[in-house]
Amino acid sequence: MIPAAFDYKVAESVEHAISLLTEHGDEAKLLAGGHSLIPMMRFRLATPGVLVDVGRLDDLRYIRRSNGTVAIGALTRHSELEHSAELAQACPMLSSVAALVGDPAVRHRGTLGGTIAHADPASDLPAAVLALGATIVAQGPSGRREIAATDFFTGYFESVLADDEMITEVRVPATGGGWNYQKFNRRAQDWAIVGVAVADGGAGVSLVNMGSTPLRASGVEAALASGASAADAAAVAAEGLEPPTDLNADSDYRSHLAQVLTQRALNAAGVA
Amino acid sequence: MTSVTLTVNGTERSFEVEPRTLLVHALRDDLGLTGTNVGCDSSSCGACTVLVDGESAKACTMFTVQADGAEITTIEGIANADGTLHPMQQAFHEKHALQCGYCTPGMVMAAISLVEEYPGLDEDGVRHGLEGNLCRCTGYQNIVDAVLQAAGTGGD
Repeated sequence: MIPAAFDYKVAESVEHAISLLTEHGDEAKLLAGGHSLIPMMRFRLATPGVLVDVGRLDDLRYIRRSNGTVAIGALTRHSELEHSAELAQACPMLSSVAALVGDPAVRHRGTLGGTIAHADPASDLPAAVLALGATIVAQGPSGRREIAATDFFTGYFESVLADDEMITEVRVPATGGGWNYQKFNRRAQDWAIVGVAVADGGAGVSLVNMGSTPLRASGVEAALASGASAADAAAVAAEGLEPPTDLNADSDYRSHLAQVLTQRALNAAGVA
Repeated sequence: MTSVTLTVNGTERSFEVEPRTLLVHALRDDLGLTGTNVGCDSSSCGACTVLVDGESAKACTMFTVQADGAEITTIEGIANADGTLHPMQQAFHEKHALQCGYCTPGMVMAAISLVEEYPGLDEDGVRHGLEGNLCRCTGYQNIVDAVLQAAGTGGD
């Protein structure tokens, strides 16, 4: 399937990308690795009039640790997260989750900023940064702002990013606590039917594909904070949620799965 | 139309494309390199896998304009000039790692990249590493044997 025609612009810098976004308004989309956007364009689920290619902004490809924080450039590719010895040491959950995205060819092209901006509730890395309590740095015409990951995702494929903003950096805390990521799917390479990320010994717990956004499992976190066991905390994982029904699983099945996977993830993260 | 210059199998090629032209279509239709196949048309099957700057990529999930300036290697570009096969091709030949052959170019290119990226691959690593490449003849066993042989980590 051939995407609809579009005008192609190569961004020479972040500022240039933002000026192109400002010029073209909601007609324009940023193109980074393209591994979420191009499939949607091929199915004509997305028909942007202008693509602004930020994929050549190599100065946004980095992983830098300073004090207790790891700063990751938005165009850092999943394979670079996966193979970074520094990230594996400072924030092993993120490199480990990156290694579960798609397949190697997808990980060579897909970017951290791109997958977060795409805001797919079924994707792995948005939920991981949510559990980690990441900060997302976005740049727009009036400068930079820092957005807590917990405030970032607003709906199905929607975020607080304005049409003329782009993610430039993602900051995650270097965490010492137990962590785990459970990804449940039936076929290799599929999205998670349900996924659960546990960061920092249960201080951050998030759910994949349990609603219209990646979700913090705040009930589980609160139960753990007040001394509940992993089993008791996991029992409330789906409370108040309305997980989707699709050809893989219905809503009740997902709710059950979320509880089972939460307990497994907590146990694997060392929470009894 | 936009002009692009790609180095394809070691030769610089400049041509004009519509921005929406997928890399796989430029390779097949503009450059006549039909060894790279189109399979699923939805980024799942890996039949169109090529190397972009040495790393595997699905040529149906890249616009040609994104590859401007890049080095592309396709299945046509991996054998030696004297006709001797690339070690991965030779291993696929020796292990009979193909049935209908449709997935084979993508499998070989993905496997070359996989072996480079993950030293010391075992069987599990090969199976996981090739999960983005589908063989609808289900001939996976011999493919895994061939990759292990070429990786030098088994399969003798």
